[in-house]
Amino acid sequence: MAEREDSPFRRFAAEFAESRLALFGLALLVCIATVALLAPLVSPQNPYDLAQLDIMDSKLAPGEQSPLGKTYWLGTDDQGRDMLSGIFFGLRISLLVGVSSTVIALALGLLLGLIAAYAGGWVDTVIMRVVDIQLSFPAILIALVLLAVLGQGVGKIIFALITVQWAYYARTVRSAALVERQKEYIEAARVLALPPGRILLRHLLPNCIPPLIVVATVQVAHAITLEATLSFLGLGLPITEPSLGLLIANGFQYLMSGKYWISFYPGLALVLTIVAINLVADQLRDVLNPRLKR
Amino acid sequence: MFAFTLRRLAQSTFVLVAMSFIVFLGVYAIGNPIDLLVNPQADEIERARATVALGLDKPILEQYWIFLKAAARGDLGRSFVYNVPAIDLILSKLPATLELAFAAMLIAVPLAIPLGLVAGLKPDSLIGRAIMAGSILGFSLPTFWVGLVLIMVFSVSLGWLPSNGRGETTLLFGVPVSFLTADGLAHLILPAFNLALFKLSLLIRMTRASAREAMLQDYVKFARAKGLKASRVIGVHVLKNILIPIVTVIGLELGSVIAFAIVTESIFAWPGTGKLLIDSINQLDRPVIVAYLMVIVGLFIIINFVVDVLYSMLDPRVRLGSAAAH
Repeated sequence: MAEREDSPFRRFAAEFAESRLALFGLALLVCIATVALLAPLVSPQNPYDLAQLDIMDSKLAPGEQSPLGKTYWLGTDDQGRDMLSGIFFGLRISLLVGVSSTVIALALGLLLGLIAAYAGGWVDTVIMRVVDIQLSFPAILIALVLLAVLGQGVGKIIFALITVQWAYYARTVRSAALVERQKEYIEAARVLALPPGRILLRHLLPNCIPPLIVVATVQVAHAITLEATLSFLGLGLPITEPSLGLLIANGFQYLMSGKYWISFYPGLALVLTIVAINLVADQLRDVLNPRLKR
Repeated sequence: MFAFTLRRLAQSTFVLVAMSFIVFLGVYAIGNPIDLLVNPQADEIERARATVALGLDKPILEQYWIFLKAAARGDLGRSFVYNVPAIDLILSKLPATLELAFAAMLIAVPLAIPLGLVAGLKPDSLIGRAIMAGSILGFSLPTFWVGLVLIMVFSVSLGWLPSNGRGETTLLFGVPVSFLTADGLAHLILPAFNLALFKLSLLIRMTRASAREAMLQDYVKFARAKGLKASRVIGVHVLKNILIPIVTVIGLELGSVIAFAIVTESIFAWPGTGKLLIDSINQLDRPVIVAYLMVIVGLFIIINFVVDVLYSMLDPRVRLGSAAAH
């Protein structure tokens, strides 16, 4: 029993669970991810199958019944599309873009950061200079310019998000790796004449993971927000791949005439997703930060 | 210090040139501006004449070289759409953006430091938790959506504040500003608050994190052991130490506020540089896109330089000469 309590994961889980707010965030996040994954199964209609849309149902207020007796709980947009279904499908695209760009950027940043820390010398200088220069500009500006040049598309926005994110990971990994490299266990591994690749991947890498987890969680939220913002500005995704940002942009023109729900509810879904991720990230930061260990 | 300035200058010039090259080539690839500029009914001869007039018939590298030579003299080309020098167009919109950015920082900073300090000193109290919960919310709310909700509530439902444009402006040292007239101020409130919210949350979190770490340091324990009053320990010892990272962040955030103004300006139809950029991207107004980026990159380089110098003055442990060496 005592042995099990001491396992690092258990200790980590127990510390994480200390904050009820963080547990709530985690639960919310699991719900949102499930809905996004199962969107085609749980949505009342397929919002992009034109055969299922009825123009007579356009711009219905939330909870209003259509002439055919259908109830739209969150209302409909200008084409008679059920907002709830639109949001479920939108979440799917937003999460897909956010998570996949973060994972790829993480892998890329991890690799370059480890190389910089391990190789040192001019390799380190070149990689870190690029990181410094890139991080001195706001992500939104770089992404905006990239998309202005590349045009719209899922692949293009993922590429833009990877480009703006990798530097955060590279910097985090490098600084963690530089600290770890000085420690005895790395020296011991060197004395044992283990190959550099093995030292890098089996010894150095696992010990650089905790700060990366924190950065990655925050970055998923950033990536989702950024994609929504760019799509809202009309530079992100094409209208055939409606993410939450596009749904919000679509409703903007009706906001002034008081038809708030077309913009408001997709925005609410976006906010709930990001709040949930940030609640989890916040607690992770406190749990994984050695400087706050009592 | 002199060596540092020189190295920084060389590096900045390199970044500017590299950036202009990438953007120039990139923007060139977007599409043919002639299609948008010339009347669709125009014949081939007229199209060809327009192409030559705009210098678009030359090879791309030659166009870039011509651009670079002119840029060195301060000429960033003429807008295809408005037919005025691109730099003039940007400079005429810059005061609106700067006014918005400064207004946002003026809202964010004086609120964030005390709130963050309270949250950091009493992390487990009700008020500390409330501040943090609020800041997580402010951090999570996407700027553009907050803008929509502000318009929805204060302009559409309540009808208290206008939702677009700058309102009435007056000249201050020859520059049009909004904040001196009642109408202009009313127009400024919503966009400035919209832009401030994210920075406010960010600065609260920064201040809180620094305060929490500072409270665990030996010098705080020592100051307390000396029997100093809590107000002096916090007001002098803690605040002085945590202000160093905070000043850095405020400086750097000023740049990012200018970038984020792109979003806020688009929503509130604020006639600044950000809105100009989005319009220029949609109209393929290449010279304006390139000129905007050159101006913004230049602004960033200046801000970063000032922050670094300030940092070295605030923190005697930082030496600028060696900072760039490793």
